[in-house]
Amino acid sequence: MTIEAYTIVVIGGGPAGLAAAIAARKAGIRDILILERDRELGGILNQCIHNGFGLHTFKEELTGPEYAGRFVAQAGELEIACELNTMVMEISRERVVTAMNREKGMFRIRAGAVILAMGCRERARGALNIPGYRPAGIFSAGTAQRLVNMEGYLPGRKAVILGSGDIGLIMARRMALEGAEVKAVAELMPYCGGLKRNIVQCLEDYGIPLKLCHTVVDIQGRERLEGVTLAQVDDKGKPIPGTEETYPCDTLLLSVGLIPENELSLDMGVELDEATSGPVVDESLETNIPGVFACGNVLHVHDLVDYVSEEAGRAGTNAAGFVKGRPGKDGRQQIPLIAGQGVRYTVPQRICVERMEPHLKVRFRVGAVVRDSYVSVYLNEKCIMHRKKTVMAPGEMEEVVLSRSVLETDPDLKSIAIKIEKE
Amino acid sequence: MEKKELTCICCPKGCMITVMTDGKNIGEVKGYTCQRGRAYAEKEVLSPARILTSTVRVRGGVRPLTSVKTKTEIPKDRIRACMQEINGIVAEAPVGIGDVLLEDVAQTGVPIVATKAVQAL
Repeated sequence: MTIEAYTIVVIGGGPAGLAAAIAARKAGIRDILILERDRELGGILNQCIHNGFGLHTFKEELTGPEYAGRFVAQAGELEIACELNTMVMEISRERVVTAMNREKGMFRIRAGAVILAMGCRERARGALNIPGYRPAGIFSAGTAQRLVNMEGYLPGRKAVILGSGDIGLIMARRMALEGAEVKAVAELMPYCGGLKRNIVQCLEDYGIPLKLCHTVVDIQGRERLEGVTLAQVDDKGKPIPGTEETYPCDTLLLSVGLIPENELSLDMGVELDEATSGPVVDESLETNIPGVFACGNVLHVHDLVDYVSEEAGRAGTNAAGFVKGRPGKDGRQQIPLIAGQGVRYTVPQRICVERMEPHLKVRFRVGAVVRDSYVSVYLNEKCIMHRKKTVMAPGEMEEVVLSRSVLETDPDLKSIAIKIEKE
Repeated sequence: MEKKELTCICCPKGCMITVMTDGKNIGEVKGYTCQRGRAYAEKEVLSPARILTSTVRVRGGVRPLTSVKTKTEIPKDRIRACMQEINGIVAEAPVGIGDVLLEDVAQTGVPIVATKAVQAL
């Protein structure tokens, strides 16, 4: 088998992989290779035809394909190599990537650094234990989105959507626009999983009811879906008898969460975080394996592609630094960043203060909707930040910025904690 | 004047904005955190408008569809009429990002532009 060599290999050519490759190129790395399993670059953005992308990055509102188009064009101008229709099978700890495609068969690439940018996939029906038969007509929202927006098929005429993630809300509107009757969006939790703007412009604009604290308790139909039964749930998520309502429909879309796609990472021994299902990374977005970086939805699921591009750019720059011999993490103290009370996770999870940039953006999510609360940052026991926020919700990522100069003031720094406090 | 409560859709922050209005005039506007939000709130109360995105069939291309958008916002109550006209368009490959596929959709004065490039077969 032939072995090629590239300074940096990027796994995945979606928004994260593109931004990482571009940043690494701008940091002076000549030979970069993107491996992409789809027929074109751009990843999930190609099917996200709605607008609302790029307000941070380009200061204008773009659709998904337009946003992707700008990065694809830039990668082309910078002559970044890519292999399409290529599946990565394995990455070794020594950073040898095994991949295959129809032209080359199986091949290997030795990489100076690897950037993991595989994105995420949708949680499927099997993970939900929905009772009932398994008729045709049950789709994950993203599959339906690809069918409608890229292939030109409408999955059905009468739809119910389970889960109020952004893809579910956006597909509710998209199906309604294409002439389907969208009967309801049911959400198990007492709050919407998606952005508030999407409740307004995807549901309210089209008169689609959002049923919070509701779930699917029965699926009818043998060959094709004929109807679903929704019921209200109590505060433990158990269906309340007597609240069942049956909706005749031929389509059920599931928008019930995204899971970072980390099979390759796990196989190569990358340590994963239970809360994010993505790699545990340090301030440089480097995993526990030296020279292996992660960014985008494979690291943690983002709500905004603009944040993915920014984060991936940092991964690309740091990967370039790694191959150019920037000090490694071996032997240096790593301070754990702790998701304290009310915080579900933080990214990064560890910080090496010596390697940190002057300012480091830490992203986190809260565990439940909280009002009139404070975001606090503690160095050991000492509070260094206490900032009021009117509303925080699990569906919207939050951030704090840590300054290296502040962290350096404490020579006995053992841990940094982010907490949500009532006062 | 009557009080209207809105969620701003200009960006993902989703600010809660209250607008005092009698249906023709705007009174006090509260809760916005940027000028785009203020402008949105006023417009949303008097003449709500949206960018509409959809897909258009492509003949002779490597993909069956291109994605499209209204170049600027269209009145919210014209969305159905615009969708009907968009569904009637067939574009000839190659299509480039920004190509105008229809000059004036449903008498709104707004063009339909392609948002994805599709090469010819």
